[in-house]
Amino acid sequence: MSPSLLHKTETTMDEVKLFGFWASPFSRRVIWALKLKGVEYEYIEEDLPYNKSDLLLQYNPVHKKIPVLVHGGKPIAESLVILEYIDEVWPHNPLLPKDAYERSVARFWAKFIEEKTQPMWDFFRKFGEEQQKAIENNYEILRTIEEHGLGDKKFFGGDQIGIADLVFGMVIHMLAPMEEVVGYKFIKADSFPRLHAWVKHFSEHPVIKDNVPDYTKVVDFLKIRREFYRNSQQNS
Amino acid sequence: MAEEVVLLDFWPSPFGMRSRIALAEKGIKYEYKEEDLRNKSALLLQMNPVHKKIPVLIHNGKPVCESLIQVQYIDEVWHDKAPLLPSDPYQKATGRFWADYVDKKIYDLGSRVWKTKGEEQATAKKEFIETLKLLEKELGDKPYFGGESLGYVDVAFIPFYSWFYAYEKCGNFSIEAECPKLIAWAKRCTQKESVAKSLPDQQKVYDFILEMKKRFGIE
Repeated sequence: MSPSLLHKTETTMDEVKLFGFWASPFSRRVIWALKLKGVEYEYIEEDLPYNKSDLLLQYNPVHKKIPVLVHGGKPIAESLVILEYIDEVWPHNPLLPKDAYERSVARFWAKFIEEKTQPMWDFFRKFGEEQQKAIENNYEILRTIEEHGLGDKKFFGGDQIGIADLVFGMVIHMLAPMEEVVGYKFIKADSFPRLHAWVKHFSEHPVIKDNVPDYTKVVDFLKIRREFYRNSQQNS
Repeated sequence: MAEEVVLLDFWPSPFGMRSRIALAEKGIKYEYKEEDLRNKSALLLQMNPVHKKIPVLIHNGKPVCESLIQVQYIDEVWHDKAPLLPSDPYQKATGRFWADYVDKKIYDLGSRVWKTKGEEQATAKKEFIETLKLLEKELGDKPYFGGESLGYVDVAFIPFYSWFYAYEKCGNFSIEAECPKLIAWAKRCTQKESVAKSLPDQQKVYDFILEMKKRFGIE
């Protein structure tokens, strides 16, 4: 066997496993990346939040969270770290541009959107005045994303889906059902025309279209969450 | 074409220090511009309209924001000298994971150590030490997180060493007593010129923190 083969630490043919949760946008974006690149993988559904598997805890002892990608037995945690890894190991249908400056811009928006994800859900978690503040905050965030992030592009990645698109993708399978449960819609043709067009392009992409969680199932799941938040608020 | 590199920064910022170290490691000449954070320059607001924060790296007029994104950019553009990230994708992912861990934990926990007191501070100190111990464990017997030479995680983490004295004085504890191997690593890093010239004096940082405490009415 040649020395180079002996020293190879992982090959694209090694087994790929993904530990995820069906409703989580963090594992969803990894599924999309693998599907966009046609990578075969075994999916392991974790029973969150109270019944995490021993294997998950072993593979991600630091954060104990999904998603975790395991490639050739070696685990990688944190969705943005996983996306960059996938893009490097399977470079076709790239998620990041080749130009170093463009890459820094793509990373900036992936990070920005990721950091705003939890605050964006506050309109769903909160009530009354706090909810009003959260709604106003969402408008600010979306305005920034539309004006500075997306601009006139079809996707954040340009003509093709890129890393920031996969992160913003949470609007189609998590934000939209939240909006339905709460009864408030943010991204409309008149409020955010470019984001509205993005939603259409992104959700119609053949790979994305076939890989979103069942909408009704998410709505039902979120209705229970909303009641949980309502009860916690009343009891605090 | 002449390369023009500008760094908008604030001297005690650990985030700015990361980019200073990366630029020094690569031997890049750049213009350092000190920002007054209570009176941010028009240039800063123009170059970082989204966050309005330092550091901002401006390369031939184009801004790169967020310190770890800057470090990766510097590593990619000036790739032929002192590589900070390894070429192996799995090792790269490991480096990114631990730099992200530093980002998630150190600044916030450290801030709670100097800003709070009593029960809240005790909790912050405990979590802070736990975090440092985990990083110490990850370092293991390696001279640097990057292995034999300074790497991405080292650059991400070492700036906070300049704040350790301030944390210790405010929190009344010794980091070296809890994490001797980590302090040994930090001292090893500061032997390097790129790090030594990028980190401010620890006493100066402590004086700055005392001033902050006075300004915000924190005893």
